[in-house]
Amino acid sequence: MNTTSTTHGVAMGTLPGNQGPATETPLETCLEVKNLNLYYGDTQALQNIELAIPSRQVTAFIGPSGCGKSTLLRCFNRMNDLVDGVRQNGQILLDGEDIYHPAVNVVDLRRRVGMVFQKPNPFPKTIYENVAYGLRLQGIKKRHILDETVEKALRRAALWDEVKDRLHENALGMSGGQQQRLVIARAIAVEPEVLLLDEPASALDPISTLKIEELIFELKERYTIIIVTHNMQQAARVSDFTAFLYMGGLIEHDRTNTIFTNPAKKQTEDYITGRYG
Amino acid sequence: MKSWFKSGAPWVWLNACAVSVSILMVIGLLALITVRGLGHFWPADLAEFTYTERDGGTSHLVGEFHESEEVSAEQLKATGDLNIGDSPWITRHLIKTGNRDVSGMDFRWVIESRISSLSYPETLVVIERREWGNLYGYLDSIQEAGRTVAEGEAAWEAFQERLTRTEDIFSQIRAIEKDEIGSINSSVERLRLAKRKLELAGDDDPAKLAIIADEEAGLQSRYDALQKALIEHYKAIGRDSITVTVADGRQVQVPLAKIVRTYRPNAMSTMDKIGHYFAKLWEFVSDDPREANTEGGIFPAIFGTIMMVMLMSVFVTPFGVVAAIYLREYARQGWLTRTIRIAVNNLAGVPSIVYGIFGLGFFVYFLGGNIDQLFFPEALPAPTMGTPGILWASLTLALLTVPVVIVATEEGLSRVPRAVREGSLALGATKVETLWRTVLPMASPAIMTGLILAIARAAGEVAPLMLVGVVKLAPALPLDGDFPYLHLDRKFMHLGFHIYDVGFQSPNVEAARPLVYATALLLVLVIVALNLAAIAIRNRLREKYKSLEH
Repeated sequence: MNTTSTTHGVAMGTLPGNQGPATETPLETCLEVKNLNLYYGDTQALQNIELAIPSRQVTAFIGPSGCGKSTLLRCFNRMNDLVDGVRQNGQILLDGEDIYHPAVNVVDLRRRVGMVFQKPNPFPKTIYENVAYGLRLQGIKKRHILDETVEKALRRAALWDEVKDRLHENALGMSGGQQQRLVIARAIAVEPEVLLLDEPASALDPISTLKIEELIFELKERYTIIIVTHNMQQAARVSDFTAFLYMGGLIEHDRTNTIFTNPAKKQTEDYITGRYG
Repeated sequence: MKSWFKSGAPWVWLNACAVSVSILMVIGLLALITVRGLGHFWPADLAEFTYTERDGGTSHLVGEFHESEEVSAEQLKATGDLNIGDSPWITRHLIKTGNRDVSGMDFRWVIESRISSLSYPETLVVIERREWGNLYGYLDSIQEAGRTVAEGEAAWEAFQERLTRTEDIFSQIRAIEKDEIGSINSSVERLRLAKRKLELAGDDDPAKLAIIADEEAGLQSRYDALQKALIEHYKAIGRDSITVTVADGRQVQVPLAKIVRTYRPNAMSTMDKIGHYFAKLWEFVSDDPREANTEGGIFPAIFGTIMMVMLMSVFVTPFGVVAAIYLREYARQGWLTRTIRIAVNNLAGVPSIVYGIFGLGFFVYFLGGNIDQLFFPEALPAPTMGTPGILWASLTLALLTVPVVIVATEEGLSRVPRAVREGSLALGATKVETLWRTVLPMASPAIMTGLILAIARAAGEVAPLMLVGVVKLAPALPLDGDFPYLHLDRKFMHLGFHIYDVGFQSPNVEAARPLVYATALLLVLVIVALNLAAIAIRNRLREKYKSLEH
């Protein structure tokens, strides 16, 4: 894997905030989107997106329904490939490499970029097998390696203490919040670099939501996290950076603090203050 | 009244009635075949009476009351029987008189009013024979090598003992004839084919021929030894015979070797009768048929039915599942796929006899014929695979049921949530891995549902089987101890065909009728058992892979 990281382009492609106080260490860019356009058939869903996602930070995508934030998220692990009639141009660089390059192995890419969906979608297997799924796909068969990794992933997902006594029970017997944390554990068990969260808490109750948010806070130590959310408070609570999308275009991208207290664009301010969307 | 209609109550009643009628019909059907079929094995009392024939003469009859009915006097008069009194309705009974070899027929109708001095003597004996059906009469004496050794009541005791001895010898003879000589025969045939193969290949290497000749000589000497033992056994089994006085006073001699079992129904206690009943029932499910299938058991038919259904399942499941996966997961969902899907659905509606003809033409003649040309030229012109057999029958039925499996599997695949597939793909699984690890297991209950429907349809099918492998009487089971153990080329017996054969092709319809019911009951039980097994598997799978609740 290529670990060289680019630092800074210009304008929207530049990491926002690096111009900030000199006490902060410069942030590395993990994902860089260059002039991305995406079409569903004849409809353009994303327009000229230019964006840089910093490493080991939480970036939130906000915007009204249908603005393209989930579509953009699904570009990062090429889940849009599965949808008929989707085509795109432009580039997305992961550690400096274009993920849409024909030589890129999609399977490898998806191992590096994990994803958690809106509704918890555990497999109808045991809790253990759910977490071990990705490892088994990589051909890992040794029992002790599997045991270790499963435990580590469950601990990181703050689920270990709740399920350690029933690892071999069906995952579908868990509560919705536990299922969602299980899905996160499943995603981080394969040690991805980036974790994509597509409205991970929208189907959960407030307490489960809180747990997921705490979890996100801990996980950013190790992973670059991109979260799509409808919930402005959530974005404000968990993210370091926020990107506001509207009608398929990226309106503003900056430190969350800046976006919520001093947005540069009128549209952003209107959305955040609840005037539309 | 109007409000009653509006309330929907009549609608509910109508629905409930429809359900009740269906349930009643099923229960009625099962009850009818159960009673008719299982009653057959109960040892009926033997009646002895004097009967006034239509011409005024009297005769002496012994037999079991089989059935009764009321007929109009008009009808009887039309047959020329005028000696029936004045009543407009006459009761008559069907009597099983047995003794087919003595009197020429073993059932006759008698008119109740002309029966006199009816009695049930305890010493009346039923003798079940290997040929000619039952013999009813009084046991007179027992002979050993033509010399009378016991008479009267003592003869009954001696008869029982000697019958046990005869049965032992009989089972030894059967073991030699069927198993040992049978396996020698198959070895001889194998050697003949091996020799012919060498000849065809133009390879007359004397060393190889000598090996074959050597083996043949070994088999021949084994055969000679067995033949010698057989002659001894036949001599021993033919030693004893009995003399029986039948109803009209004639004496009949029966060798013990021809007797299956004997009992005195009028002297039996209820417990004896129950024991006898279960012995007969066990014989029915575990023995080979005798006397053109009208006596004995139906084990080969049960075995053939189950084996054919299982082979069919083995063929149809992978084939149907693979086809469904292609149609649902890989094929582009355009008009061509839709057309194929409609065609597959319609295949399920093709009359089964058409599949039989296809099976005969394609599998038996074309495939089988070519396999013979390629792999078994030494046996030609006798066909090996190019003749109806259990393999072709299973394949024909697999073809008949594959649409059901395809439709059910597609249904199952389409019910697997998209979220689960995406979850798997997002973890770096390829499409195939997702299919094998997640989608197929989740669709497995639906696949089992398809298989259950397929089994239900295949187990009851008879028409196509008559063309591609079922026979009235198969000399050997398709699975036995001779190499290669599983004989897919063999013909087999089938319960459905057995019902048809016994019921409609039998020389002795009255005797066979209860067997038709009993066989029908057994066919139903076999299908139910196969279905229950499949349903049990499905329920376990369902529990394991219960779909996500959203």
